[in-house]
Amino acid sequence: MIALLKRDLRLAVRAGGGFGLGLAFFLIVCILVPFSVGPQSQLLASIAPGVLWLGALLACLLSLDRIFALDYEDGSLDLLATAPLPMEGAVSMKALTHWLTTGLPLVVAAPALGVLLSLPTQGFMWLFLSLLLGTPALSVIGTFGAALTVGLKRGGLLLSILVLPLYVPTLIFGAELARRGAVGMDTQTPLLMLAGITFATIALLPFASSAVIRINLR
Amino acid sequence: MAMQVENLAVSRGGILILEGINFQLSAGQALVLRGPNGSGKTTLLRTLAGLQPIADGLITCDTDSVAYAAHSDGLKQMLSVRENLEFWASVFGTGNIDKAVESFFLEPLLTRMAGALSAGQKRRLGLARLLVTGRPIWVLDEPTVSLDVEAVARFGETIKTHLNNGGSALIATHIDLGIPADILDVTPFKAKPVSFPKLDGAFL
Repeated sequence: MIALLKRDLRLAVRAGGGFGLGLAFFLIVCILVPFSVGPQSQLLASIAPGVLWLGALLACLLSLDRIFALDYEDGSLDLLATAPLPMEGAVSMKALTHWLTTGLPLVVAAPALGVLLSLPTQGFMWLFLSLLLGTPALSVIGTFGAALTVGLKRGGLLLSILVLPLYVPTLIFGAELARRGAVGMDTQTPLLMLAGITFATIALLPFASSAVIRINLR
Repeated sequence: MAMQVENLAVSRGGILILEGINFQLSAGQALVLRGPNGSGKTTLLRTLAGLQPIADGLITCDTDSVAYAAHSDGLKQMLSVRENLEFWASVFGTGNIDKAVESFFLEPLLTRMAGALSAGQKRRLGLARLLVTGRPIWVLDEPTVSLDVEAVARFGETIKTHLNNGGSALIATHIDLGIPADILDVTPFKAKPVSFPKLDGAFL
């Protein structure tokens, strides 16, 4: 499993690997929002948690279809399926790679971009925490969507439509946690809900993803 | 007994392709599959490799004993030859790529990116993967495509060594590999074109 993780990380950072695609998109969204909204720091401050979360979610969505498509095209998914590695482990590693190459850079970059959006000072820690807790769920759910659409040519549209509704709970509680943190309200409820969603998806979805991969390989 | 197949039926996309296949593959034996294009050789091999569910019948073999090589080699263009092989070696838990490198004369290519190899060199790398799996039964689908005459001869030698070491091989090919092999023609097992009753709806 570690070998698969190392290989995928290595592929991601080599030319054409797509590392940084999500991060660049996130940067663009967060830099352009203040221009489009105008110089009203009060308004920006109140929409900042939502904008940052939406940007992070769309950035994650952007790189989902690469998770299995490349392995499917060059035949290594077939070979992985016949390898001693359990498919559940393989899809978990794929989700982890996606999080390390897409989710984690967003988490690290978000506080810096919060400055551009006039996020109140007390909100930075909560924004960081909510993204750190929420983005793994985005990667795991997205891996499930990618597994569903693995054999399809240009499955990106279908993938987005399938995955977006599943992203909604994470978005609601993640953005709510960041917003409450920014205005100094009690954060316990959204924090627990977000953590619950993330850990439940990590525990359950790899089994579903590996089942649909096996069906798609038939 | 390496592998025993009894009354096997295979299907693709919900359509029964072959039925009533019986054969035995013992250690040290090679079996060559013959049949015209579209006769179901690939479907049979994928079923034996465990990628597709069987439609009917029984396959008996040890768990984790089959190494499958398909039309596509599963190579990563942006990894070097060494990195590609080492990846599979560590997935299969064997860890040692020296024998594979030596058998397929990949030594001078080790540091080259797989994307920069010629079609025949890619194929050699794909076949070298079989040696790093350490598995006894090789299930090969048209292994000699794009290999030159010399490479085919070397590949034949590799299979011979594998058979002498107690392995076995099931090969779909149209050319003579120069190895003593029994021939199984799949044409007589062609199924009548009826739709498969255990069809599972949307997932074909």
